[in-house]
Amino acid sequence: MKVRTPLSAAAREPDEGGRYGVYGGRYAPETLMAPLEELSRAWDRLRRKRTFQRRLNHLLEHYVGRPTPLYFAERLTEHLAGARVYLKREDLLHTGAHKINNALGQVLLAKEMGKTRIIAETGAGQHGVATATAAALLGLDCVVYMGEEDMRRQRLNVYRMKLLGAEVAPVDAGSQTLKDAINEAFRDWVASFADTHYVLGTVTGPEPYPRMVRQFHSVIGSEARRQLRRLAGTPDPDVAVACVGGGSNAMGLFSAFLDRPDVLLVGVEAGGRGPGLGDHAARFSGGTLGVLHGARTLVLQDEEGQVVGTHSVSAGLDYPAVGPEHVFLHEHGQIEFTSATDQEAIEGFHLLSATEGILPALESAHAIAEVTRRAPEMEPDQVILVNLSGRGDKDVESVLEYDAK
Amino acid sequence: MSPQRKRRSDGAITAAFSRRSRGKRSAFIPFLVAGDPSLEATPDLLRALVAGGADVIELGVAFSDPIADGPTIQRGSHRALAAGSSLSAVLGIVERHREELGVPIVLFTYYNPVHARGVETFADQAAGSGVDGVLCVDLPPDEGLRELQPALEDRGVDSIYLIAATSTRERIDRAAGASNGFVYYTARSDVTGEREDLIPTLAREVKRVRRRVRLPVAVGFGISTPRQVEEVAKVAHGVVVGSALVRLIEEDAAEPDLAARLERRVRELTAPLRD
Repeated sequence: MKVRTPLSAAAREPDEGGRYGVYGGRYAPETLMAPLEELSRAWDRLRRKRTFQRRLNHLLEHYVGRPTPLYFAERLTEHLAGARVYLKREDLLHTGAHKINNALGQVLLAKEMGKTRIIAETGAGQHGVATATAAALLGLDCVVYMGEEDMRRQRLNVYRMKLLGAEVAPVDAGSQTLKDAINEAFRDWVASFADTHYVLGTVTGPEPYPRMVRQFHSVIGSEARRQLRRLAGTPDPDVAVACVGGGSNAMGLFSAFLDRPDVLLVGVEAGGRGPGLGDHAARFSGGTLGVLHGARTLVLQDEEGQVVGTHSVSAGLDYPAVGPEHVFLHEHGQIEFTSATDQEAIEGFHLLSATEGILPALESAHAIAEVTRRAPEMEPDQVILVNLSGRGDKDVESVLEYDAK
Repeated sequence: MSPQRKRRSDGAITAAFSRRSRGKRSAFIPFLVAGDPSLEATPDLLRALVAGGADVIELGVAFSDPIADGPTIQRGSHRALAAGSSLSAVLGIVERHREELGVPIVLFTYYNPVHARGVETFADQAAGSGVDGVLCVDLPPDEGLRELQPALEDRGVDSIYLIAATSTRERIDRAAGASNGFVYYTARSDVTGEREDLIPTLAREVKRVRRRVRLPVAVGFGISTPRQVEEVAKVAHGVVVGSALVRLIEEDAAEPDLAARLERRVRELTAPLRD
């Protein structure tokens, strides 16, 4: 059944300046323009180079653990008594989340560019751990910027990064969370790009990051499509669901279905404590057009254009802006956005743990929450595909705290 | 606030630089974050800059996410926001004091506050308040020429772009071609600080830029002493001092004679530029 009219592949491509319609672009200080231009050129050269692709694919298969399984969640499906639910198991990847697809790709790219040092930002720590892992594997120095507040919340991941040989640099500016860590990583890069590559962790930032990060994650969608054909008898689900912080796991999944008119794509944002500004990270309901971290996109901000604080029980969704391609695709009716509150995500966490024996990351639990709302409304022969972007071991303490309240 | 129209070449910024170049001296361009340490204190601090010898003032608009600033100016920005500063407040200060101050004011801002207001509205209000020029740190000419500059140009407000040590020849030409009034050269960040032997490198860098740029070139790179001002003035049309003044405000914020202290510091810094 046709649910939308897909844009042509040409209409979906960003222009030379990295703009998806009026979104995206390269809003960066002049000091960063030369390194960004260098990065765009290097990426355009390497993404077409066979030896680079072979090396990356080899590592993805033998080191990271691709392809990840597609799993029919039978007991969850029975419980919800509606559409059949399939989970794309990115949680089973080395380091425990989809983030390693991009981190490894970028660190390999950096090595090809002759860089000897890697920097990254991290919120929950998953992207930091993935980047530290890739840097250790390829023998590069690594510094990960992390807000002091996040360091307190994610002590275990801080120690993991140190074990991997990375330096974790605390950021005490602003809200001491993800956006401040990104600010600090950019500042480092301004002075260090001659020998340093900045591994940005999601599909936002200045050109070429959105299209490069998307490409590294597009393997999620292409695998899922192939696996679904075998497992469910159709390559195309009726609905594909993913959580959206910056939007990298969602873009990775959705990229395989953008030309399929019969697949409804649903992104789930963090509804936090509720709809008040500062209480959530739902950019599509509470954000306005702005320019943050190099891209024009939806931003949670006040009338004076100051970026406001966000809240989510999941640190990985706790970010005031969203990838520009998501905004573009939403504007053209290609992706629907909804949100799940902290409470709903925690319920999703418990439900998947109890019915399937899988602890999802709190980020992914937002996608599960959407499935619990949607599946019962659908027919038993219909298919929901969910990106289980990460595992929940890192969140056990947060869930324990939440449940104690 | 109604839009004023004036011809580009008559801009007060251009006039300030030509006055200086006739006297064979470099212009002194101090930077402050508006609203640091408080909105009430800002007019007095601006007067102190003028009394100390400012030729053009760079007035910083505080932003929540200042990715291009070092720790000193980040803290200044943070104090200003905590004190209630905003783009609206800054425009209000300029509107009330620009005439009395008598020197051109360049707003030094990130793009998002401007974008949030809408570029047309911003351009109207900037021109109406008497803002002479706008420098958006994260709006390179690639984006600025399409988005903001036409609106400013219509209203006679100058657009100033940055040139960095990393800018290629092509990028230098682009920034120089787009700028009005002057271009702001931010020197290599690994030469900032108190080193005394940086001038040969800096002179080479600035000459590389000056060869390609017809407009005056102002240079900033963490200049903090009169000696450095003197050295930079030998190669640049303008000398920008930012962090050193923001640090003074940070350290002396509680002093009742803060403005007098600032004026004294600016006088020391401009001493080498006087006849």
